[in-house]
Amino acid sequence: MKYAYLIIPCVLALATPFYNTVEPTLFGFPFFYWFLLAMIPVSSAFIYLAYRNEAP
Amino acid sequence: MIDQLNWSATIVFVVFFAVVTILGFVASRWKAGDLAQLQEWGLGGRRVGTGSTWFLLGGDLYTAYTVIAVPALVYAVGAYGFFAVPYTIIAYPLVFVTMPRLWSVAHRRGFLTAGDFVSGRYGNKWLELAVAFTGILATMPYIALQLIGMEKVIQALGFQGGGTLGSHLPLTIAFIILALYTYRSGLRAPAMIAFVKDFMIYAFVIAAIIIIPVKLGGYGAIFEAAQQAYDAAQKASDAKGSGATFGLLLKPAQFAAFITVAIGSAMALFMYPHSMTGVLSASSSNAIKRNSILLPAYSLVLGLIALMGFMGHAAGIKVSNPQDVVPQLFLKMFSDANWFVGFVFAAIAIGALVPAAVMSIGAANTFTRNIWRPFVQPNLTGAAEAFLAKLASLVVKVGALLVILFIPAKFAIDFQLLGGVWMIQVFPAVVFGLYTRWFNGWALLAGWAVGMALGTWLSLGAQGVTVTHSVFDLFIAYNGFVSVLANLAVSAVLTLLVPNTSPDTTGREDYESGASVHAAPVRGVAVAARG
Repeated sequence: MKYAYLIIPCVLALATPFYNTVEPTLFGFPFFYWFLLAMIPVSSAFIYLAYRNEAP
Repeated sequence: MIDQLNWSATIVFVVFFAVVTILGFVASRWKAGDLAQLQEWGLGGRRVGTGSTWFLLGGDLYTAYTVIAVPALVYAVGAYGFFAVPYTIIAYPLVFVTMPRLWSVAHRRGFLTAGDFVSGRYGNKWLELAVAFTGILATMPYIALQLIGMEKVIQALGFQGGGTLGSHLPLTIAFIILALYTYRSGLRAPAMIAFVKDFMIYAFVIAAIIIIPVKLGGYGAIFEAAQQAYDAAQKASDAKGSGATFGLLLKPAQFAAFITVAIGSAMALFMYPHSMTGVLSASSSNAIKRNSILLPAYSLVLGLIALMGFMGHAAGIKVSNPQDVVPQLFLKMFSDANWFVGFVFAAIAIGALVPAAVMSIGAANTFTRNIWRPFVQPNLTGAAEAFLAKLASLVVKVGALLVILFIPAKFAIDFQLLGGVWMIQVFPAVVFGLYTRWFNGWALLAGWAVGMALGTWLSLGAQGVTVTHSVFDLFIAYNGFVSVLANLAVSAVLTLLVPNTSPDTTGREDYESGASVHAAPVRGVAVAARG
C-alpha cells in the first residue's frame, strides 16, 4: 500500500503526452505548466499518506 | 572598475554577505562538538533535526546555479526546460523509500559516505574507490558552476574589471571567506547559513512572481510573448535546418527524452556526495522521511523560478548567453528599487555558498574515507582524518576557483552535464545494495565501468556535450538512463557467473532501525572490517 501511494505521483508526473496541452488554461497558464506545478503539492500529499500508512 | 556600479544594490548585497560570513564563523559553536572528529566536522555530529535538515537540504540541493540555469534553459528552448519539475517530483518518493535505510545502516556502522557503505556491504575496496572517484569527479564541476552563478550576479551589479584577476576579484574574495569558515566550522557553517539563504530565496521568488506579472500584463501575456519568441526561434532554426526544437509545449519526439532525463536526474540526485552528506547528517531516519514530505516546497519555488525564463521574453530581454536572463530581468523590472535587486542578487550569491560548502565537505569526506584511508594510510586516527578532510575541502575549492579563473565556463557546464551521467552509475551499487546483497561487488564494478564508458561515449558529440542520444534510431533518451540500464545488465549477468564470496559487515537489522536510541555509532567498525 505504501508503494502504491508513492507510485501514483510518479506516474502522473511522467504522463507527459497526457499533460502536453495548452487547454484548459488557468490564470493564463497553459495546462502543461499549471498541472506540473500543481503536482508538486499533490506528490507531497501522497508521500505523507505513505508515511501515515507506515507509522504504527 | 567600479564606475558603473549599482551602488544601492551593491551596499545591500555586501551587508547580507557580511552577515552570513559572521554566521559561518560562529556556526562552529552551534550544537557544539569536537570538530577534530570527522563525524563532527563533516556531518555536524549527525544531530541535525527535521527542521534544520529541511533548510540544509533545501539550501544544498536547490543551488544558485539552478536559479540561473533552469530559467536559462526555459528561456532558450521552452517546455523542455521544465523537466526540472517532474524530476524533483519523482525524486522524493525515491528518497522516502531508500534514504532512511541508508541513514540507518550508516548510523549503526559509522559510515560517512556512499563509499563507506559500499565497502562495508560488498567488502570490495575497488568498488569503494569507483564510487568515491565518481562522486568527486561529478562534484568538482558542480562547485565551479556555483561560482559561475555567483559571478553572474556580481557582474550584473556593474562590477567590471580588467584582466583575469581584476575581473574575478570579488568572486575570489567571496570564495576565500567561504573556504575559511568551512575549514573552521565544517557542515555547521552551511547548515546555519542555509536558514538565511532559504528565507531570502523564498522572499524574492514570492515577490517576483507577483510583481513582475503585474508589470508585464499578467501570466497570459507572458506566455503569449514567450510563444511568439519560440515561434520565431523555431522558424529561424528550421530555415537553417539545425533540427533544434523550441516551444511552449513539447513535440512528441521530445517525450522520451523529457521523461528519461527526469527519471535519470532523480536517480542521480541523491547519489552526489553533497546530497549524501545532507541526508546522513540528519538526527534520525524519521527526520529524512518527514523531509521527503516537506522538501517539495522547494520544488515549487524551483518551478516558479523556471517561469522567469518566460518572463524574460515578455520583458523583452535579449541576451546572447541565456544565463544572463535572470539577473537582467531583475535589473530591468526593478530599476526603480535597486535595494531589492541587491537583495535578490545577495540571495543568489548566498545560495551559491551553501551548496559549494556542502559539496566541498562531501567531496572531502569521500576523499579521506574512501581514497586516502583504504589506499594510502589505513591506520588513520580520528583527529588526523578530520584534519585531512579539512585540507581536502580547501583543495577542492581552490581547484574549482582555478577552473573558473583559467578555463572557459563552457567546459565546467559540459563537465557538469557529464557529471550527472556519471553519478547515476553508482545507483545500482548503492541503492540496490540497501535491499539485497545478491549482486557481486566485482560485477557491480564491471557494470559501473561499462556505464561510465557508454554514458561518456554517447554524450560526446561533434558540437560538445549533449546528454541525450538516439537509441537504435527509435527514440531519443537520456544517456545516463540508457547507460545505467547497461550497467545493471552487466552487473546482473556477471553476478550470475562469478562466485560471490566477499564478506558483508552489515546485518539485516542495521537497515531497519529508525530511532537514534540505539547504541552510539560504531566508529571504527568499518575500519576493522577492512582488515
